[in-house]
Amino acid sequence: MTAATTVTAATAEPGQEQPPGRVSGTGRARASWDRLRRDPAAWVGAAIVTAFVVVAVAAPLIAPYEPAGSQWIRQITPSDVPGPSEEHLLGLDSFGSDLFTQLVYGARQSLVIGVVSTLLGLLAGTVLGVLSGGIGGWVDTAVMRVVDIMLSVPALLLAVSVAAMVGRSSTSVMVAIAVAQVPIFARLLRASLLSQRGQDYVLALRSLGLRERRIVVSHMLPNSLGPLLVQATLVLATAVIEVAALSFLGLGDPDPAVAEWGRMLVKAQERLQNDPQLALWPGVCIAVTALGFTLLGESLRQALDPRARR
Amino acid sequence: MLSLVLRRLGLLVPVLLGLSVLLFAWLRALPGDPARAMLGERATPAGIAAVNRLYGFDQPLWQQYFTYLGRMATGNFGNSTRTGQPVLSTFLERFPATVELALAALLVAICLGIPLGYFAARRNGSWLDHLAVGGSLLGVVVPVFFLAFLLKWLFALELGWLPTTGRQNPRIDATHITNLYVLDGLMTREWDAAWDAVLHLVLPAMALGAIPLAIVVRITRASVLDVLNEDHVRTAEAKGLLRGTVSRRHVLRNAMLPVSTTLGLQAGALLAGAVLTETVFAFNGIGEYLFQAVNQLDYPVLQGFILAIAVIYAVVNLLVDISYGLLDPRVRVS
Repeated sequence: MTAATTVTAATAEPGQEQPPGRVSGTGRARASWDRLRRDPAAWVGAAIVTAFVVVAVAAPLIAPYEPAGSQWIRQITPSDVPGPSEEHLLGLDSFGSDLFTQLVYGARQSLVIGVVSTLLGLLAGTVLGVLSGGIGGWVDTAVMRVVDIMLSVPALLLAVSVAAMVGRSSTSVMVAIAVAQVPIFARLLRASLLSQRGQDYVLALRSLGLRERRIVVSHMLPNSLGPLLVQATLVLATAVIEVAALSFLGLGDPDPAVAEWGRMLVKAQERLQNDPQLALWPGVCIAVTALGFTLLGESLRQALDPRARR
Repeated sequence: MLSLVLRRLGLLVPVLLGLSVLLFAWLRALPGDPARAMLGERATPAGIAAVNRLYGFDQPLWQQYFTYLGRMATGNFGNSTRTGQPVLSTFLERFPATVELALAALLVAICLGIPLGYFAARRNGSWLDHLAVGGSLLGVVVPVFFLAFLLKWLFALELGWLPTTGRQNPRIDATHITNLYVLDGLMTREWDAAWDAVLHLVLPAMALGAIPLAIVVRITRASVLDVLNEDHVRTAEAKGLLRGTVSRRHVLRNAMLPVSTTLGLQAGALLAGAVLTETVFAFNGIGEYLFQAVNQLDYPVLQGFILAIAVIYAVVNLLVDISYGLLDPRVRVS
C-alpha cells in the first residue's frame, strides 16, 4: 500500500489537480477535511480514541479506587473471584483489586507505551527514510539492506529479541515496539520521496538554485507528512496489541503494581474456567482501542487519498 | 524463470548474513560475558572456561564471528541452557507441529476468505458485504491470544466440544512418521488418531487463522472489485459468455494475483502468531518452545530459532514470488 498511496496522493485526481506546495496546499487540505467529516467511520474512530485518551489522562479522577491496592484480597479464593457488585462495577481481579480501576489505569499504560514507541519508531524511520529517499545512491542501498534485515524477522519476534536483550521493563517494551516499526516508516517515506523526485516542482526548486538538502527537508518531507501520519495512526493500533502480546510473553514491566491489559489477560488464563470475565474485559479494552485507531487511520487515509478503497 | 529464482536467492544471501551479524552481536551485547549468558544459572567457573574454549570467546571478535558462521553452516546452533538439548534437533522435532498448525490456519483463511471476499465484492453494498468488511476489521484488531482464550473458554471449557490443549490425546497409541499428526494418521490408516489430531487443530487454527482470514477477505474483495471494472470483463460479458465462465476464467484468476502475494506475507504473521496460539493451547510446536525460551532467557535457543524462522520466512516469500511468476507471465519478463 505504501508506494501506491503516496503516488496517488501526490498526483491527486483529475479536476482537483493541484501542484503540491504551501500556497495551494490549503485547498487540498480543506477537501480532505470535508471528506473526513462526512465519514461515519472517522467519527466512531475519533470518539473511541478521544475516550481512550481521556480515560488514560484522567485515570485518577475516573477510577473509583486506588490501583493495585489488593484491598479486597481476602475475598479471593482459589476457585472464585467476586463478580460485579454495588461497590465494584466489574468485580475484583485475581489480586483482590477493583477490576474497573485496573482497566482504567491500564489505559494509561497502553497510551504511554503506544505513543512513545510510535514516536520513536516514526523518528528513527523518518531519519532512515530521508537518508535513503533523499540522498539516494549507495546510502539508499545501505539503508535499504538494513531495513531488509529488519523485515526478515516477523515484527513481533523482532520486538521479542529486542526486549529479551534490553531486559524486562516498560522502557524495553517501548524500544522493542519502536524498533519493529522503524522499517514500516522508513520504507513508506522512501517511497514517498522517490515518487516526488521526478516531479516538476522539485525540478523548479532545483533550477531556482536551492540546495538538495533544503529541497528534501523543507519541501519534499512536508509533502510526505500525510501518509506518515496515517501510518502512525494505524501503527498505534498494532502497538496497543503488541504491548499486550509482549506482556503475554513475559517481557512486560515486571512490577505488579503497574496495571497493564496484557498482563491482566495472562493472569486471567489461570482462572479461565470459573472467571472468564477477568479475560473478557482487558481483551475487549485492547480490541476496542485498536479498533479506534484503525478506523481513524483508515478514514484519514481515505480522506487524504480518495481513490484508496477500504 | 530460473533467472528470477537465482536473482531472488542472490538477494537473500546479504540479508541472512546481515541477520547473522546482528544475532552474533546480540549475544555479545548482553550484560555480562557470553559464556555466563549461555550457561545461565548453571554457570560454574570451570563451565565458563570450558565454554570460552569451546566457542573461542578468548579470540578476536572477527575470528569469533567466522567460527560462529561456520558452526551455523554445519547446523550447530549450540545447546539450550535450560534443557541442554541441541537447539537444532529440538527445532526439527517441533517444527512439524507448527507447520501443521500454520497450514490449518491458512486453510481456514483461504477456504473461508476467498469465497467470502468474492461474494462480498459481487454483492457490493449488501449486508453480506458489510458483514465481511466489518468482520475483517474485527479480525485484525482482536489480539490473537485473546481470541484463543475466547475460543478455548467457549468451545472447550463451556461447551466441551473440542479438546482444550495438546496435539493428540495421549491415550491414543499413534504411530508417528513425519510428526505431522494428521498426515501420520492418514498414512498409517489410524483413522481415530488422525481425527483426534484434527479435533485438536480446530481451535488453534481458528485463532491463528483469524488475522490472515481477515486480510484475505479484504484483499480478495478489493481485488475482485477492481477486476470487475476492467474492460476485458465487460468484453467477456458482452460476447455472451456464461456468468460462471466469466467469474472463473476472467475475474477470479486475475483477482487471485494480489491474494497470493498477501498469503505469502502472512507467513510472518503465522510464525509470530504461533508463539501466542501454541502457548494458549499447549501445542508442542516451535512457538511454545520459543515462549519458554523467552521466559527463561534461553539465548542459544532464541538465537537459533529466530535465525531459523527468518530463513523459513524468506524461503516462503521466495516461493510466493515464484508462484507469482507462474500465475502471471508478465512477472517473468520484467
